[in-house]
Amino acid sequence: MPQPTVGVLALQGDVREHQRVLTGLGAATLAVRTPGELDRVDALIIPGGESTTMWRLARTFGLLEPLRQRVASGMPAYGSCAGMIMLADRIEGGVTGQETIGGMDVTVRRNAFGRQVDSFEADLDFPALGATVPPLRAVFIRAPWVEKVGDGVDVLARVATGASAGRIVAVRQGPLLATSFHPELTGDARVHALFLDIVKEA
Amino acid sequence: MSEETQSTVGTARVKRGMAEMLKGGVIMDVVTPEQARIAEDAGAVAVMALERVPADIRAQGGVARMSDPDLIDGIIDAVSIPVMAKARIGHFVEAQVLQSLGVDYIDESEVLTPADYEHHIDKWQFTVPFVCGATNLGEALRRIAEGAAMIRSKGEAGTGDVSNATTHMRQLRDQITRLASLPEDELYVAAKELQAPYELVREVAQAGKLPVVLFTAGGIATPADAAMMMQLGAEGVFVGSGIFKSGDPARRAEAIVKATTFYNDPDTLAKVSRGLGEAMVGINVADVPEPHRLAERGW
Repeated sequence: MPQPTVGVLALQGDVREHQRVLTGLGAATLAVRTPGELDRVDALIIPGGESTTMWRLARTFGLLEPLRQRVASGMPAYGSCAGMIMLADRIEGGVTGQETIGGMDVTVRRNAFGRQVDSFEADLDFPALGATVPPLRAVFIRAPWVEKVGDGVDVLARVATGASAGRIVAVRQGPLLATSFHPELTGDARVHALFLDIVKEA
Repeated sequence: MSEETQSTVGTARVKRGMAEMLKGGVIMDVVTPEQARIAEDAGAVAVMALERVPADIRAQGGVARMSDPDLIDGIIDAVSIPVMAKARIGHFVEAQVLQSLGVDYIDESEVLTPADYEHHIDKWQFTVPFVCGATNLGEALRRIAEGAAMIRSKGEAGTGDVSNATTHMRQLRDQITRLASLPEDELYVAAKELQAPYELVREVAQAGKLPVVLFTAGGIATPADAAMMMQLGAEGVFVGSGIFKSGDPARRAEAIVKATTFYNDPDTLAKVSRGLGEAMVGINVADVPEPHRLAERGW
């Protein structure tokens, strides 16, 4: 198989940061705004941003159904923060009528950690990245968490300390990966490398 | 536990990161909870809560200050997207109050009457992040040195005249391009000329961009205005009076959101520019007497 192209959904959010990490890992990337661009990618990252804005633009520009079809047919996808919300089958704390792409059998609570003054960074134990690695420094910005997971979902990381200790912040279900936090902001490429491994397996 | 392993709020990464999440989006001025809901329904990434839009501040005159906490609370309760609010330049107590209310970003704004003609707020002292206006690179870097986590070009607020926003975006872009082309040993004098810290000047020269997100503001009134600013290098758009001073705010708001995403696609821009009703009437910047030009506040 030729080198896969990893798209980044570019309706709104920190698209360039994800593309920079992917490029640094040697992956080919493409900003995806249209169904035609979606057809040209083998996998997709849904970036951080405002999930209600992404949903409305995806709906208006006829991208929501094609996204659902690609995810349902097994395209690997990774969502950070707003992207996690977009990949969730069920959401809490959304706006009236808010839809998602879905695909992951999880319930995600939007803005679960609070407002921006509550946004934080912390070290996470993330064993799926390898046994001996140092903890992952994770940046949470008005972040969601996973409230419930279905049977087929692996929990990859939880908040270690503080008021939210134990909250689920990274999950995987087959070719789908989601994190509450933003590895694209820290210069640590391990989560993206994990996703690229998933893409290669698929 | 060391500092680094602890969970920490209000770090530069968390503050600047918040602005990264707004990129490609539109932040809309709103004065009531109803307007905030219209903005959210239109796809705004955040709203700016204030008592009067800049066009009204300009028309009514007088001293413009931070909004009433009740008004800000009402808007925070009405929407689930981030809520920003404005403090006067240098008014660190207004900023303390806004942080206590739980706003997601503070705009230390020239649209309000400055409270200090010498010093801006020391923004490092706050957990909440700040956005500040700038007309040129030196001003932008001075604000970042004071702790601003996001910059917006100033334009001329409350006019509906995009020409100053254009000037400021071009100025920022040209100055960044020039810095990036300088040999390293000329960056010291460049820093002196820009009246900005050398470390930040060097960072911009190496990266070819500001170390924080750059939005545009001041006079954006149409989808084409927003798209032009994006093509000039803005990473997102503030729209003040342009939406709720127009004939059909909901439609115009939605159209500007679409134009900001598809800023490089003239066919989509043509489609979203149709049938928006009357644009904000506006006022030419040239007709605003110089003492009343807001962009000249801040230094």
